[in-house]
Amino acid sequence: MIEDPILKVVGLTKKFGGVTALSDVSFEVGEGEILGIIGPNGSGKTTIVNNITGFIKPSSGMIFFKGKNITGQKPHKIADMGVTRTFQVMRPYYSLPAYKNLVIPLFSPRARRTGGWRGGGRLGDRHTVSIDILEEIGFERDSYIPFKTTSTLPTGYLKRLELARCLSLKPEIIICDEVFSGLSMSEIASMVPLIERLQMDGITIVMIEHRLRELFRVANRIMVMNFGEKLIEGSPDEVMADAGVKEAYFGSEEVEEVMTYA
Amino acid sequence: MDIAQARKERIDRGIKVRSDGLYALMSLKELSYLTLPRFLLIAGMLSLPFLMPGMYWQRVISIVCIYSLLALSFDFLAHYVGLVCLGGAFFIGMGGYIAGILNTYFGLPPVLTIPLATIIGGALSTFLLLPCLPLKGVYFAIVTLMYPLFMARIIEAFDIFGGTDGIIGIDSFSNHWVEQYVVIGVVLGFVFGLRRLVNMDIGLIFTAIMDNDQAVKASGINITLYRALAVFIASSMGCLGGACITHIYMWSGISQFALDFSILPIAATVIGGAGTLVGPVLGCLILVPVSELLRDFGTLRIVFYAVILVAFILFKSEGIMEFVQRKYEQFERWTKI
Ligand SMILES: Nc1ncnc2c1ncn2[C@@H]1O[C@H](COP(=O)(O)OP(=O)(O)O)[C@@H](O)[C@H]1O
Ligand SMILES: [Mg+2]
Repeated sequence: MIEDPILKVVGLTKKFGGVTALSDVSFEVGEGEILGIIGPNGSGKTTIVNNITGFIKPSSGMIFFKGKNITGQKPHKIADMGVTRTFQVMRPYYSLPAYKNLVIPLFSPRARRTGGWRGGGRLGDRHTVSIDILEEIGFERDSYIPFKTTSTLPTGYLKRLELARCLSLKPEIIICDEVFSGLSMSEIASMVPLIERLQMDGITIVMIEHRLRELFRVANRIMVMNFGEKLIEGSPDEVMADAGVKEAYFGSEEVEEVMTYA
Repeated sequence: MDIAQARKERIDRGIKVRSDGLYALMSLKELSYLTLPRFLLIAGMLSLPFLMPGMYWQRVISIVCIYSLLALSFDFLAHYVGLVCLGGAFFIGMGGYIAGILNTYFGLPPVLTIPLATIIGGALSTFLLLPCLPLKGVYFAIVTLMYPLFMARIIEAFDIFGGTDGIIGIDSFSNHWVEQYVVIGVVLGFVFGLRRLVNMDIGLIFTAIMDNDQAVKASGINITLYRALAVFIASSMGCLGGACITHIYMWSGISQFALDFSILPIAATVIGGAGTLVGPVLGCLILVPVSELLRDFGTLRIVFYAVILVAFILFKSEGIMEFVQRKYEQFERWTKI
């Protein structure tokens, strides 16, 4: 049990018609920690994210943010509380220049309220603030990249743009749905310090990942999903030692690899 | 030159490139290149009443402006908010009846009835359309097409607001010059106002909701609120047009819920250039007078709009505005492949 968890999921169950995507999943996330969620494709990880962030309503179960029941709230309400997410299938505004992607979250009530991107309580010019955030997330400020049309950017930048959208809301929690997948080794290597820095800034992070090696390095705890159920949960070491995990996890070879690496 | 081995190359005119940036401020020539189209539009619209041969055609100009408001609001909703709204007749009827009621039952003069009908009508129409806002594409279109039919039947069946006779004895504008310049001013105001709006940050929110509503939700923005705001803007424009029509004809009746108000603006938008905001006004400037010439054919005119619409879609995929803009900003030449 975690004392005063920032996020608490109790008995979460989701049925799509006859398919049970999630059955009775419970877990807690402590303030400021990084929780990793792993599991084979179709094991219900994205469904967990969608339920927490209000994009779908649970069949049963409850979700608490800072002790407040947020089950079934509208997505914009939940984002407004500071519970933000990235999308596994990235959703940038392809026709806009990269920096204009952030004008939209910066327009939100939460960004206006929490503001203070440039000292003082008032939000600065949204376009300037966007460029600041993009620089923070790894877009080279003095290059032309922030000004390029989003559809021309490589995947690595689109993933960063997903994170940047969360950051512009001054989030309490960021739930990352596979931000590393589709990236090259070197791109991932440059993202890991970014995640670590976000944690140091006090942001709680839930990371859904297939890239076990990098995940096990940054995560404080790991939860393993299989067929919509929670298999086990524990420290990275405990999870790696578990035989059931190796069996359930398709990339069992990769688990071996992580073990020897660690 | 053999067409099969050549293609048309389009190159931005030098003056277009130069006047894109701040440098335009340094030369009178480039400044005038930038301002000429706007100046032509304003001067053209303002001089229309003087160019018309007589009262009848001046009245036609007023009607052109009313339709322009509808076409503008259709273009705004369809191309900048992503809602295909066929509610032109609904908005005209709402605005028309509210202005009529305020004028006859409450004795308010047109200076008050028109702004009031605009605001109240816009708010009421938005409220009635609220349940349909989550509907997408063609479903929203169908519902908005049903509303005016529904309103007309209610007024008929319950015999309220004068029933089939309509409300009579409504004040007119003080004279036809006032009438003309009120509607022309309003159209020009909305052309430039909407263009400004869609280029502001809030316009970005509208288009973002159209392209990618999930990401907007994840950004903590209430998309229903912004859709409602956009519908309020568009329906207010329609209601404003309706209120003007009521005072122009000194009458409001169920024919203000007629389908023409929903269909002609779409045809005008396609002809003028969808998504350009100015195009729909040009479209109305062409279509409404032509439709006036065909008045003898009565309801057959709907066929005429349909034919024009189909012909345009089949043979000329770009509207007048896009064509003119291309000619103004680029030159073309044939190059060998
Ligand atoms: N919107 C939906 N409608 C129907 N079935 C869905 C929907 N979303 C997910 N599922 C099903 O739920 C299961 C879990 O999917 P998902 O949460 O996306 O898995 P993961 O993210 O772990 O790969 C899958 O069997 C998937 O087919
Ligand atoms: Mg997934």
